[in-house]
Amino acid sequence: MAVEGAGLQDFSAVYVLQPVAAADWLVVAPVVWCILMGAVLLMLRKRTDLQPLIAIPALVVLALMTLGLLAHVLTSGTVTMTMGRWLPPFGISFTADLLGAFFAATSSLVALATGIYGRSDVDDSGRRYGFYPFLMLMMAGIIGAFLTGDIFNLYVWFEVLLISSFGLLVLGSERLQLDGGIKYAFLNLIATTLFLVATGYLYGLFGTLNMADIAVKASELRGTAPLMTLVALYLLAFAMKAAAFPVNFWLPASYHTPRLAVGGIFAGLLTKVGVYALLRILGMLFPVEREELSFIIAVAAALTMVLGVLGAMAQNDMRRAMGYLVISGIGMMMAGLALGSPAGLSGAIFYAAHSMVVMTALYFAVGIGAQLGGDFRLTASGGLYARSAAISALTLMLFFSVAGLPPFSGFWPKVMLVKASLDIGAWWLAAAMLLTGFLTTITVARIWVLAYWRPAKSEAEETAIVAPPAVGAVVALVGLVALTTAAGVWPEPLVVLAQDAARGLIDPSSYILSVFPGEAAQ
Amino acid sequence: MEPIFALLVGALFTVAIYLFLSKHIIRVLMGAAILSNGVNLLIFTAGRVTREVPPIIPHGADTLTGAAANPLPQALILTAIVISFSFFAFLLVLSYRTFHELKTDDSDEMRVAEPVGEPVPPLGY
Repeated sequence: MAVEGAGLQDFSAVYVLQPVAAADWLVVAPVVWCILMGAVLLMLRKRTDLQPLIAIPALVVLALMTLGLLAHVLTSGTVTMTMGRWLPPFGISFTADLLGAFFAATSSLVALATGIYGRSDVDDSGRRYGFYPFLMLMMAGIIGAFLTGDIFNLYVWFEVLLISSFGLLVLGSERLQLDGGIKYAFLNLIATTLFLVATGYLYGLFGTLNMADIAVKASELRGTAPLMTLVALYLLAFAMKAAAFPVNFWLPASYHTPRLAVGGIFAGLLTKVGVYALLRILGMLFPVEREELSFIIAVAAALTMVLGVLGAMAQNDMRRAMGYLVISGIGMMMAGLALGSPAGLSGAIFYAAHSMVVMTALYFAVGIGAQLGGDFRLTASGGLYARSAAISALTLMLFFSVAGLPPFSGFWPKVMLVKASLDIGAWWLAAAMLLTGFLTTITVARIWVLAYWRPAKSEAEETAIVAPPAVGAVVALVGLVALTTAAGVWPEPLVVLAQDAARGLIDPSSYILSVFPGEAAQ
Repeated sequence: MEPIFALLVGALFTVAIYLFLSKHIIRVLMGAAILSNGVNLLIFTAGRVTREVPPIIPHGADTLTGAAANPLPQALILTAIVISFSFFAFLLVLSYRTFHELKTDDSDEMRVAEPVGEPVPPLGY
């Protein structure tokens, strides 16, 4: 099959003749599985009784696949699979490095919890609107974005998750949801179009869209090509996706309108895909330009976290307060990106994984609390502790975790980030982080005191439970709380994982070698 | 050819941004449609504009002999058109439904999800 004769360049190496190793199939298996199960569920859309029975085992399989992929990447390094047996930069490759595999594994655990929680939270009409098919297809988009090694494909996966998230957002087509959905849809569409603009320029400059190829060529083009413009465009597009200040206003406008299961997985995963893209493109492909922009990113990060938590303090509706806490957490991750040091990036990676689990769990906890007490408004709620001490205790653990208090998982990445910013003398960034932690503590403490600790308005209401929470919802909540507690009391493996992932971003040589194995031999 | 395309892309972007600044969602939707067309032309221009022969390697040769048109931007644009068209269709339906439910297409008046004058959380109990 190799090209014979005297060509200008010998491209015979681009033909891959040996079959793909069985374990390498894990790179694409999660995405293929999600699309397949999404299609099956879509066909059985009207059998609402069957939907969770198929979807939950499918999500268990997805979690096993991504955990298997993470184990495979941990033992044998970055894995690449190229479509159509054409080696890059010609073919399109899926590349799973430690960062992508770690995020994929965490997000599939969160999706599993959402599937279980959604069993009781999403009623028949929501299922007929397609909750489970959209959930599977959105996971295909999210995991595809984490694992793809091609920037144009990153755009395509963003669109896949976005169109599914539109479907999830308007599940039921209530007035509230349409109002929130239209702001979410328009602003996210503009952000992805900006991403496509930047990608068009990138293709014009580099002539390639493969991330490993770009990482190699960036140093050659630096100095002649307007890379700063390009990176600034990417920063704007992904900051909008990640809901960083000042392009974050779509998030508090829309995240409280869908069902709690949907709000939970949105809060957990969607903004983190933006953070992942920032880490990948700014952190790995254009480190020099990121360094130039680091002050702007740091200021945006500090404003995001402080203004986010101030927004949370001002809310009477618990769900809206949670939406602002999501924004505040994004600020912490942006701060890690701005620092750019191994410690900063690993802090950002750890914080992102922590935030995926905790923000989803917080939405679930608020949902169960509102079921017990019947209201999301702080002015109207109270007495949840008398109704269920166990749920209140679980919620308090999550509140501790989101505020970054030990022994829960929010504490360690915060320590890493504060130390990383003090190391380079950015005392104001460290101060913003600590101030955010303090204000978050006040915010969640007030929610806990008012909604949980405060006695109910009247004696009769004191122990009257509006609706007992479903077993599945509690199981999902307990599972996520167990994850954050385990990560908090035994953080060493995750810290090592995050540090290795950050090292892979700063020095992408193993990523490049995995995509271009031919160059290893030369 | 490139300068003309660049000016055209710039003009389309300007129009799109002007429409985005409107309060009425139908105009914003038009802006989104124009912006996606502008981006498609941008990718087309970035992949060099040339009228030369299609990139087919003649019989007996191993490489392209002369300048040839770049086929990749067309593949990229095709993908982008499919995606942006489906988005446009979805947004059109969403806007229509919203207009019917909320009786307005003025984004200033869409305050169902974020009502004006919400009460502050209680400061003590």
